[in-house]
Amino acid sequence: MARTDPKKDVVIIGLGWTGSILGMELAQEGLEILALERGPDRETVPDFEYPKVIDELKYGIRLGFMQKPKKSTLTIRRTLDEVAQPYRRLGSFLPGDGVGGAGIHWNGQTWRPLEIELRLKSYVEETFGAATIPDGMTIQDWGVNYDEMEPYFDRFEYMAGIAGKAGNIKGEIQAGGNPFEAPRSRDFPMPPMKQGVDAQMFAKTASALGLHPFPRPSANATQSYVNEYGMQLGPCNYCGFCERYGCANYSKSSPQTCILDALKRMPNFSYKVNSEVLKIELAEDGKTATGVTYFDEAAQEEVFQPADLVIVAAYSLHNVHLMLLSGIGEPWDPVQQTGTTGKNYSYQMNGATSLFFKDVEFNPFAAAGSNGISIDDYAISQIDFAKEGFIGGSYITAGISNGQPIRGISLPEGTPSWGASWKQGIGDWYGHAMSIGSHGSNMAYRDCYLDLDPTYTDPHGRSLMRMTFNWKDNDIRMTQFMRSKIEPIAEAMQPDSWQSSYKAEGAQYDVRPYQTTHNVGGAIMGTDPKTSSLNRYLQAWGQHNVFVMGASAFPQNIQYNPTGMVGALAYWAADAIRNDYLPNPRPLV
Amino acid sequence: MNRVLRVLLIVAAIAMVAFLAFLYVPVQRTPAQMVLAADYAVPEGAGAYAMRIADCAACHTAEGGQPFAGGRAIISPVGTIYSSNITPDPETGVGRYTLSEFRAALYDGVRPDGSHLYPAMPYENYRKLTEQDIRALYSYFQNDVPPVKATQPLNDLAFPFNLSWGLRAWKWVALGEPGFTARSSDADLARGQYLVEGPGHCGACHSPRNALMAQAALTGADPAFLSGGQIAGWTAPPLRGAISAIQGWSAHDITLILATARNAHSAINGEMQLVVRDSSQYMTDGDLTAIAAYLGALNQRAPKPAAEGQTDTEKLLISADPSMDLGPRLYLDNCAACHFTNGRGADEVFPELDGSSLVTAESPTGLISMILQGGELPSTAVRPARLRMPGFAYRLSDDEVATLATFLRQAWSNNTDAVTVDEVSGLRQLDTAN
Repeated sequence: MARTDPKKDVVIIGLGWTGSILGMELAQEGLEILALERGPDRETVPDFEYPKVIDELKYGIRLGFMQKPKKSTLTIRRTLDEVAQPYRRLGSFLPGDGVGGAGIHWNGQTWRPLEIELRLKSYVEETFGAATIPDGMTIQDWGVNYDEMEPYFDRFEYMAGIAGKAGNIKGEIQAGGNPFEAPRSRDFPMPPMKQGVDAQMFAKTASALGLHPFPRPSANATQSYVNEYGMQLGPCNYCGFCERYGCANYSKSSPQTCILDALKRMPNFSYKVNSEVLKIELAEDGKTATGVTYFDEAAQEEVFQPADLVIVAAYSLHNVHLMLLSGIGEPWDPVQQTGTTGKNYSYQMNGATSLFFKDVEFNPFAAAGSNGISIDDYAISQIDFAKEGFIGGSYITAGISNGQPIRGISLPEGTPSWGASWKQGIGDWYGHAMSIGSHGSNMAYRDCYLDLDPTYTDPHGRSLMRMTFNWKDNDIRMTQFMRSKIEPIAEAMQPDSWQSSYKAEGAQYDVRPYQTTHNVGGAIMGTDPKTSSLNRYLQAWGQHNVFVMGASAFPQNIQYNPTGMVGALAYWAADAIRNDYLPNPRPLV
Repeated sequence: MNRVLRVLLIVAAIAMVAFLAFLYVPVQRTPAQMVLAADYAVPEGAGAYAMRIADCAACHTAEGGQPFAGGRAIISPVGTIYSSNITPDPETGVGRYTLSEFRAALYDGVRPDGSHLYPAMPYENYRKLTEQDIRALYSYFQNDVPPVKATQPLNDLAFPFNLSWGLRAWKWVALGEPGFTARSSDADLARGQYLVEGPGHCGACHSPRNALMAQAALTGADPAFLSGGQIAGWTAPPLRGAISAIQGWSAHDITLILATARNAHSAINGEMQLVVRDSSQYMTDGDLTAIAAYLGALNQRAPKPAAEGQTDTEKLLISADPSMDLGPRLYLDNCAACHFTNGRGADEVFPELDGSSLVTAESPTGLISMILQGGELPSTAVRPARLRMPGFAYRLSDDEVATLATFLRQAWSNNTDAVTVDEVSGLRQLDTAN
């Protein structure tokens, strides 16, 4: 039996990074706001408290902070003619749940995309000709440009307290930073992290080869920090428990460390946990949302929560799922190539070379999620697509993020994977391995998309979402190109041995090994309602009181970790809502 | 003999008369110390502000209770006292108090019926309130607070505080002259002195108490004032003198900790958290600056000389020598992640342990409690984060806590007495019982 609660001005679906940012920005407008979080409440103490959270088995292996497939998952297939199977065991990507969302268990790399990435299709057409874009590739422009986004990148980076070294301030190249990055209005709020031996060795070799090493932009604080909300970070102690863990030390930027205690002081803001939104309800004419229906676990009933404004701020995959279930936009049809919802799901193309040094002590236990050194000499803006035969690029990077015993030990090829010889290998090689990785773009394709599964349902009886995704030649060529650049660097570092792992021709998507939780697209932003779900302010084209945050808005994936762009887009959308939408609610484009 | 007897009888008679007078002569109510204009009106907001600077809420609002309806149990050295209802409810609150009766409660600790308030109510300090603040408080508690009908449990006090004449005698000894006299012509120093000595009633905890449990000094002119006291078994650190907790602090350090419960050196813990939560975070920048000026003048402002290079403690910790003693080993395994090997923590987030008044307090109660139960900073407007240190009671034995606490009290530049296992087990049992 559903109950109906008193109306709110705003309902926010999901209380992670974007839900918290929008909550704060809209609470400052005096609006009555309710945020609904499907998972439990989480606070640094007790949920990430030292030393209990330093437990690799509980959180690293058994994924204590991630969603449980039994309660929430999707089905996956690789091609249009396969039958999708449920993703019953988390592997390739790890959506979180609970207050803070993925913002608690990330590593903290906080990048900005390159200027050309935000207008990728136009850039490719203008520079290399439309024919460079292969059949079936459906890349698009974002509808926003870098210059107008710059203040919002800046805002997010100063709110989150990012440590790094600028490489380009207002067009002036800065020594020690990334000379290929888009211009910043000022330097990072904090100096960069200390670097481990591996990163120092990589930097030295890269410099000697004429490349341009710079420290990773990091959401692991290097000093005490107070942000615009008065929230605080303490300096990271390099404990090496970032990814998959909440930070015990108030050192990793997260909704908890950067926003939530300030937001909870706002008397017009409230939130409910264990409250999964099942559907966004639309008015009879379908042109506005009237609120959301959610399942209140404590009361064990469905609740209709009326609201004037619906902010969709769940994980990117769940944003798209809710839109599909709620009839927001036409579902993408990969054959007719009509509709928009679910279109252009894309991922990240990564590869790495491991290096083994008998006589070097890397001390991997003293590390952080985003210390390390990168080069952007092979960035998407530095590559001749026509010559190389692919569209895309990558940053290349070295930086040990942890020395955890179960997952964190790399062994040379040929070492047995069990028994006495394996133990011997662990003894010989723990702390003597490092890696150089490529973190690359992934383009969008006609047949890589999200829709509703025809067979499987979740505990609420809703169709699961179906992911159709596979690796494509274009991106495999890109990662092989990166391999050809990384291996010479590895050899120049003179390891005792090295081995590479990159997708090769014919590679199929395998959901079992962890790859990355950078699932983007499906509710993409753009300039045309025929080809995108959202306008440039993240407003649904068809329902002007629905705004959809998150990486689901990416028309294709950038070569960087997505959080910097996600944060900037949240502030960009919040600004549009505050200054343009609220005074006169309407389609903003 | 007769003569001696007669003298004795006369003395006894005088004593008897005096004693009867003590019992039966009505108490005198101190009048206003300043004449205000007949049409004096309390300025907008002054009532609420006076309530904040006098921190009425800390005692008169119970945890989770109605504002100012009383009932908070105050554990004092003389027994348990339950705070009274100061809402305008006419039956159980102060709704029927006249201005002069209200003033007498603040100045003399006397109720309208002549009975005596217990000295948990800091009328020793409130005797210095200006007439403007008295009026502001009166107006606030008559007009701005919703009336709540609520009575309190009976107090549970030791002799002679359980007797009315005992309290009267105590006041006769304890109370100073009413009214406030500034000792400086500097406006900040004078305002700071007023706030600290008067409404802020800092001395109620931070000054020692004499044999009669009265504050040993009521004004900064006396070196005993703010020279350290006790509250709920914890040390309220000295705010002046050789072991002043705020020695070398800048004015910014003082204003920041009062506004936010944290600064570059320290974090507020224990009962002082209530002061920040309910009182000092609401003070104007001007008043905080005045307090900083006044407290600063009681202290050496020169910053502590920075330690040259690494201390022996830091060298030992960094060596990570597996044969090191249990104390430093426990520190590395439990504390160093935040407080670091140099014991200096990080500004506003991880308090310094080197030189910390909590760590080196004469009574280790606060330190042991902090290790066992952890602590949480109150959320304030300027620093909303409720930063928390987790408790380690589940993880460390009594012996380990004592060893760790002893290490802390003697690490870096600290040099204080060891902590015994018995002190730890006593506090652990108390925590378990609570």
